[in-house]
Amino acid sequence: MTKKQKKVLIRIIVAAILLVILHFVPLEGLWLGLLYLIPYAVIGYDILRKAVLGIMHGEVFDENFLMAVATVGAMGLGEYSEGVAVMLFYQIGELFQSVAVGKSRQNISALMDIRPDYANIEAEDGSLEQVDPDDVEIGTIIVVCPGEKVPIDGVVVEGTSTLNTSALTGESVPREITVDQDVISGCVNLTGLLKIRTTKEFGESTVSKILDLVENSSMKKSKSENFITKFARYYTPAVCYSALTLAILPPVINLIMDNPAAWSTWIIRAMTFLVISCPCALVISIPLSFFGGIGAASACGILVKGSNYLEAMSETKYVVFDKTGTLTKGVFDVTGIYPGQGFTEEELLEYAAYAESYSSHPISKSLKNAYGKELDASNVSDVEEISGHGVTAKVNGRQVAAGNAKLMKSLNLAYTENTGVGTVVHVAVDGNYAGYILISDVIKDGAKEAISSLKNSGVKKCIMLTGDSKTVAEHVAGELKLDEVHSELLPADKVSCVEKLLQEKGAKEKLAFVGDGINDAPVLSRADIGIAMGALGSDAAIEAADVVLMDDNPAKIALAMRISRKCLRIVYENIVFALAVKAICLILGALGIANMWVAIFADVGVMVLAVLNAIRCLRIKNN
Amino acid sequence: MKKEEDIIMKKTYKIEVDCAACALKMEDAAKKVEGVTDATVSFMTQKMKVEFADGSDEKAVMENVVKACKRVEDDCEIYL
Repeated sequence: MTKKQKKVLIRIIVAAILLVILHFVPLEGLWLGLLYLIPYAVIGYDILRKAVLGIMHGEVFDENFLMAVATVGAMGLGEYSEGVAVMLFYQIGELFQSVAVGKSRQNISALMDIRPDYANIEAEDGSLEQVDPDDVEIGTIIVVCPGEKVPIDGVVVEGTSTLNTSALTGESVPREITVDQDVISGCVNLTGLLKIRTTKEFGESTVSKILDLVENSSMKKSKSENFITKFARYYTPAVCYSALTLAILPPVINLIMDNPAAWSTWIIRAMTFLVISCPCALVISIPLSFFGGIGAASACGILVKGSNYLEAMSETKYVVFDKTGTLTKGVFDVTGIYPGQGFTEEELLEYAAYAESYSSHPISKSLKNAYGKELDASNVSDVEEISGHGVTAKVNGRQVAAGNAKLMKSLNLAYTENTGVGTVVHVAVDGNYAGYILISDVIKDGAKEAISSLKNSGVKKCIMLTGDSKTVAEHVAGELKLDEVHSELLPADKVSCVEKLLQEKGAKEKLAFVGDGINDAPVLSRADIGIAMGALGSDAAIEAADVVLMDDNPAKIALAMRISRKCLRIVYENIVFALAVKAICLILGALGIANMWVAIFADVGVMVLAVLNAIRCLRIKNN
Repeated sequence: MKKEEDIIMKKTYKIEVDCAACALKMEDAAKKVEGVTDATVSFMTQKMKVEFADGSDEKAVMENVVKACKRVEDDCEIYL
């Protein structure tokens, strides 16, 4: 607890003890009233002061004013203990609220505890000097010891280690890191000492960007929050005028009708009415829910840039995917080896890998990966690349040709027609056809489950856009059970495609676009919700997207929707619950059935329950 | 290097405020100050973000923002 909170707690305890003592004091009337003023002053002086200041500044209608009028009124009418109790419980409620909010704020910052406090720079004598990360210039060599956070983005120049990236990606498997690899700030170095040459300033580094994003996310307010703000603006004055009417109108009517006026009865009812009406439960619990939801999402590696986007996620009915890098890995893998007569799979792969070993094309990389053994460069000679066809080379003294169908044709070789989907590498050895290798982009693990869980959570259509050929696109779409595919699109076509979908959908349905952030920034910003995947390091994507998935697991989209739904459900629960309880109590209060104690429950009790409910947003089951 | 903030003059300030309703009041008050085009107060992160009008003097404007906020909520704090 902070100093301020402790002070309030002491005042609450003192006032409560005094209240109990006064209950047994054998005094009557005015003298008792004067004694009750002591606990009243202890507990309520700041509220009264604020109410007076508010009136002086022309800001009349706020909850301080409500409380001041209600309690002063109750005291004036001889309801001493009720007057003090209302103030006491109001303060308890406020204290609870401020402690609860402070706690959840701490929880969230603990979830996002990635801010590095210092960077180590090696001095000339080999000792380490701790400096402010802000003062480190680009190109400086920094040292990260085991257990420390990487403070600034850079490239490893010395050392091997494993990094814990869970704070950034939500991924718990440590990542191996060695010389010449890029490191992003915010990871925790686990095992070995690393020397890193920084490539960015601290302010431009991943960790600063993420913190900035999370801290600013609650600045973008959701529709529900704006609703409550507007609501509070009209609600409080409306309640005050109703209370005034309630205090004056019935007695006046009584007088006209020649009945006893019963002023005090109606004034007490008006006071009760004021206490019930306090809008704190709504005003605090809704932003707290969204904040909790955003915090819970960040803990799962999902950065949501504002409450409004978290809200929109729950209404998502259409999800449009970019294929490469989103549903597929975006790297090419050997998916089939089909040797011809007289060759084994291994031989075929070996010849192909050696022949392509001098090329830097992604295809040659995937051949090398599939081969798995070290390639001895001295085995290869006379390499000749034939543009658009492939490559010919001498491998272990044998003449090898590896390439597409055109190459085989030009060599006048009969080859097997490809039946699968992907890129084909035909291989010929010493003028004989040796078979072919199929290379294709691989669907991500979990992509299929991601699509089906999206469908289960109410998404109407999953659509894929790709620049790839029709056969490849339809193959992937069939595997993943997508509803619609648009293939052979240029980047500009993707924008118009999304625009068409945006026009077709209903007004309350939201469209999300999921991309890997490469070349799709325009589409990301055009969609209702732009989701960038595995976007760490891609500045353009972080700028353009509304939701950033830190790792590239498509299943996180469904998780984000679940978090968003849960958060929204809690928000609506709180709105309905608080308004319903208040409405009922207001009616009962006006009729004289509900007394001051019911009013206290309607105010403080509802607020406490709403805050407790809102805190549930922080907890997310990760099944 | 020139950051985006330098061009459209946006600044974030740490604040201290006790209740969500008071944060809303501060936001309203700050928006009305001359030289401020937009202001948002986040009670949750205890931060205030102010967008300044072109050519306005940040220091002078912020002094008025502090005054305006103190008027509506006298135990709030804005750390300039």
